[in-house]
Amino acid sequence: MQTLTLSQVTKTFEGNAALSSVSLAVAPGERVALLGHNGAGKSTLMKIVLGLIPADRGEIHIVEARPGSHAARAATAYLPENVAFHPALTGVEQLRCYLRLRGEDPADAEGLLDRVGLGEAGRRRIGTYSKGMRQRVGLAQALIGRPRLLVLDEPTSGLDPVSRREFYALLDELAQTGAAILLSSHALTEVEARTDRIAILSRGHLVADDTLTNLRRVAALPIHLQVSARPDAADEVARRLAGERHNGTRVDLVCDHDQKLARLGQIAELGTLVEDVHVIPPSLEDIYAHFSGRVPS
Amino acid sequence: MNRVAAIAGSEFRIALRNRWVAIAVVMMALFALVLSAAGSAPTGQLGADKLSVTVASLTSLAVYLVPLMALLMAFDAVAGEVERGTLPLVLTYPVSRPEILAGKFAAHLATLAIAVGAGYAIAAAAAMWMDPRASEGFPALARLFWTSLLLGATFLGLAYAISAVARRPGAAAGLAIGLWLVFIVLYDLGLLAGVVADGGGAFTTAVFPWLILANPADAFRLYNLAASEATAAAAGIAGAANTIPPAQALASLLFWPAAAFLAAVAAFRKVTP
Repeated sequence: MQTLTLSQVTKTFEGNAALSSVSLAVAPGERVALLGHNGAGKSTLMKIVLGLIPADRGEIHIVEARPGSHAARAATAYLPENVAFHPALTGVEQLRCYLRLRGEDPADAEGLLDRVGLGEAGRRRIGTYSKGMRQRVGLAQALIGRPRLLVLDEPTSGLDPVSRREFYALLDELAQTGAAILLSSHALTEVEARTDRIAILSRGHLVADDTLTNLRRVAALPIHLQVSARPDAADEVARRLAGERHNGTRVDLVCDHDQKLARLGQIAELGTLVEDVHVIPPSLEDIYAHFSGRVPS
Repeated sequence: MNRVAAIAGSEFRIALRNRWVAIAVVMMALFALVLSAAGSAPTGQLGADKLSVTVASLTSLAVYLVPLMALLMAFDAVAGEVERGTLPLVLTYPVSRPEILAGKFAAHLATLAIAVGAGYAIAAAAAMWMDPRASEGFPALARLFWTSLLLGATFLGLAYAISAVARRPGAAAGLAIGLWLVFIVLYDLGLLAGVVADGGGAFTTAVFPWLILANPADAFRLYNLAASEATAAAAGIAGAANTIPPAQALASLLFWPAAAFLAAVAAFRKVTP
C-alpha cells in the first residue's frame, strides 16, 4: 500500500508540457528525493500532489484520497520553498493558528518550536526572523499532527550545515513512524546519504526513479582510479598500467565497473612501485547529469 | 467552526498589531466628537431630542466612513497573502476557502464593530450630557449601529472580491478607492443628475427608487433616516426617495453582505497559488 501514487500525470501550461506522463509512488516510511533543474517540473508536481493546481490527465492518490480533498489535506504536510508567514505574528502565535486548523491542541506550539530549535525566539515576531529561522517555523508546522505524507520543497535552503543535519535527523524520525517523504533539493550530496530513492525530472519527464546503487549500475559510468606512484616511478607505473601521468607521482586510470577488480589486481602486482590507490566512484552529480540529459523526444 | 475561529484570531491579532484597530477607533471617535460639538448649537423648533439629531448627522458620516474603513482594512486580504507568499501553505491545510474568508471577515467585522461602537458611544454620551431627553434617541442609535455593521460587512465582502481579482495589493488598493468613489460619491451624483434631467418623468417614478435600493450606501441612509424623526434635518437624496418603504431598504441592506461575500468566495476560488 503506497502513501502517494501518481500514474501518467500530465500537465500543460499554455501549450508547454510541464509534466509528461509522470508515474511515481512513495511508500510509508520511504524518503524520496526529487531532483531536477529549475523548470524541470518539480514544483508543478508538488503543487499537483497538494491539490493547489489540477493535473490535465492522470491519476493521483494520497492514502486513497484525491489531491486537494479534505482527507488528503488532513494527511499531508507541506513545506514550501522560501516559506513565508505574516511578519506581525510571533512564531508561537502562527503555530497555534496552524495547530487549530489541523484540529490539534494549540498548547503544542512551544513544544514544536523547541523541537526545531526555536524555543526562545518563538515569542518574537516573525518579521524579525532570519531566513533560517523562518525555515524552522516552516518545518515545525510540517510536523503538526503526525502527517502521513510530507511534501518538502527545497527544505534545507537557508539552513547552515549543523541545522541541515538536525533537519535530516528529524526526517529520519518521521520516516521511522511511517511517514512518506517527498523532498526536492539542489544539494545532491546531502540527498545522497539521507534518502532511500532518487527520482529525476528533466523537462517534465521522469527520467530516473530508483535507489542510488541501482542508478549507479544502470548509468554504468566509468570509475576513476588514482594511483600514487613512488616519486621516481611515475613514468614506469603509467607505462605498465597504460594510464595517464598527471603530475610527479599521480597516475589516473579510467575503467568500467566490471573491470575495477582486475585493474586493482594489476596495480597490486606493481608492488612497491605504488604507494597508494584511491577508487573514485561516479559522483551523484555525474549520475544526475547522465540521467537528466536523457529526455525522450 | 474552530478553523474559522483560528483564522479570525490570527487576523484580529494582525489588525491589532498593524494599529488598524487603534486607527479605526480614533478615526470614528474624532468624527463623532466633531459632530457632537457641531450639533451642540441650539436646534430651534425642531422638536427632536439631541441624540436623534446626532444620529441623523452620524448617518451621513457613517455612509462615507464605514465603507472606507472596511475597504482599507480588507483590500489586501487575498492580494497581500499572494504577495507575501503565505497563501500556498494555508491552502494545503484542511481548511476551505470560504472558511478562510469567513475567518478574516469575522476579525475585520469585529474591528469595525469596536470602532463604530466607540464612536457612537462617545456621540451618545455627549448628547446625554447636553440633553436629558436624549435617551429617546437610543433606539435610533442602536439601529444605526447594526445597520452600520451591515454596510461595513458589504464593503468587506466587496474588498475581498476585488482583492482576489486584483491579486496584487497595489492594484487592489486602486480598485478599492475606485469602488468607494463609485458607490458613495458618483452614484448619488449620477442619480441626482438623472432626476434633474428627467423633471419628474418615468425615470424619477419608476427607475429611481430601484436604483436607490440597488446601492447599499443609499439603502443604509434611507433606512436610518426614514425611521428617524429627524429626516428633515438631513435633506438630500433620501428626501427625494421618501416614497420607498423602509422594509425594502432593510431588505437591500441584508441582501448586500451575503451577495458580496458570495462574490468574494467565487473570486477567491479562481486564485491559483
